[in-house]
Amino acid sequence: MTVHVTGEVLDAKRVGAYLHLTLVAPGVPERFRPGTFVSVTLGDSAHLARRSYWIHRIRTVGGYGAAVQLVVEPSGAGGTWLASLKPGAKLTLTGPLGRPFALPKEPVSCLLVGEDWSAAPLFPLAERLRERGCSVTLLVAGRDEAHLLSALEARRSARAVTVVTADGSVGQRGRVADVVKEALARSEAEVVYAAGPHDTLHAVAQAAEEHGAWSQTAVEVAHPCATGLCHGCPVPVVGEDGVARVVRGCTEGPVLRGDRVRWGELT
Amino acid sequence: MTDLAGLTLASPVLVASGCGGTGRELEPYVDLAALGGFVTRSISLDARDGADAPRVVETPSGLLHAEGPNPGLEHFLATELPWLVRSGTRVVVSIAARSLGEYAELARRLGRAPGLSAIEVAVAGEPFQAASVVAAVQRDLPRGLPVLAKLRPDLLRVVETARAVVDAGAAAVVVGDSQPGALPDGRPAGLSGPAVRPIALRCVVEVHAALPDVQVVGGGGIVTVADARTFLDAGAVAIQVGTALLHDPTTAARLAADLTREDVPQ
Repeated sequence: MTVHVTGEVLDAKRVGAYLHLTLVAPGVPERFRPGTFVSVTLGDSAHLARRSYWIHRIRTVGGYGAAVQLVVEPSGAGGTWLASLKPGAKLTLTGPLGRPFALPKEPVSCLLVGEDWSAAPLFPLAERLRERGCSVTLLVAGRDEAHLLSALEARRSARAVTVVTADGSVGQRGRVADVVKEALARSEAEVVYAAGPHDTLHAVAQAAEEHGAWSQTAVEVAHPCATGLCHGCPVPVVGEDGVARVVRGCTEGPVLRGDRVRWGELT
Repeated sequence: MTDLAGLTLASPVLVASGCGGTGRELEPYVDLAALGGFVTRSISLDARDGADAPRVVETPSGLLHAEGPNPGLEHFLATELPWLVRSGTRVVVSIAARSLGEYAELARRLGRAPGLSAIEVAVAGEPFQAASVVAAVQRDLPRGLPVLAKLRPDLLRVVETARAVVDAGAAAVVVGDSQPGALPDGRPAGLSGPAVRPIALRCVVEVHAALPDVQVVGGGGIVTVADARTFLDAGAVAIQVGTALLHDPTTAARLAADLTREDVPQ
């Protein structure tokens, strides 16, 4: 079940190019599963579309209990507004929304691939997988060091971490597509979880297929309402029955099987 | 209690077509049975995928929306309608068709479906065309199942169209539909939300003044209880809330509760 609540900003910390925003959002932390997100209502009446953010982690904050942490890029109407909020500011949000990453029943080897801010949901996923005895390998990518989500933190819940940046400022120089095959082979992953831009997800899904692994991709599209009401976030897929369909990115997604998404038709 | 087209409604607040998903998506945020009714997305005979992305685009104080998907009548009757009926809300099925024959076919088959309260049909174009659509639907519906005609809030002809559809058998008119607009890439889209509210309100005022005996359901950018009250004061017997639900899915519940509270004599 999802809740629509008034949240409060507890703290906003600048980490590289991003803002790590910690919010009290009653009812959200206990329902959170990795891959779910929250949708924020902007504080002015001119912007009616909502803005979705991955839940990066659940933090316990003294005196408040569990709080949710989001990773926000401070650009665009939504990001700029969120970045302007001071501790104590109130905001309206709905969550957790969407279908989370499906966890394997067996303790298998998993490869987690995340790029830029989209890597956010993979860190709590890594923890859950490790709790289940899965061996976790992380591949974290970013435009540059500032856009790379903390790989240091990741080392705690992963067996191996590979870092790639497009400009080579940290880790290997390159894109996910350049290194994912090697990462798959090395980790002997049976399941691949990925979050990032569409072309990255496409490359990961394709590599997983060739490698014979399952892939779960967290597809980011703009969600005008994020609750499934408006049907405004179409994602083209192929159903279990082989029939081409269009599903809602917010409700049937955001996590979809990589081999089911018609990547070429996703705009 | 609100009386609309011979139906007793639990509240004057209805969910507007295309803004309540299949109904299930609203369930976490509202007791549907406490609302005046739920108008479904527009159902056609065949399934439609809806427009390509971007399909819904933000514009100052409004949303532009290209055609949404619908599962087609068969699937709707098998899966969506029974759920809505069971939710205890009054179900108003909105229909869309390309020809009068298709409208008649939709009416015939929906008329046999159990649990339906009314049909809503969005009519655009000249008043005589609107009237012929309403007549085609009306003719094939069982007695007692009312037709609500949803009109474009176009000041130049909304009164004339309202008169024409009522003469053709519409039990009430809904004023109104989205304003015709275009997405940034030029594809046709409807504009709705607070941006269109004053235009819709003006149309409600004019229709009510010209046709005081015709029941009007008002809608267009209603967000707050004050907005809802404005439309009711202008002569609407009920209101529809749409775009506001996309911004805040609890809107319908909040409006219904606030209006009920205001009804209690001080």
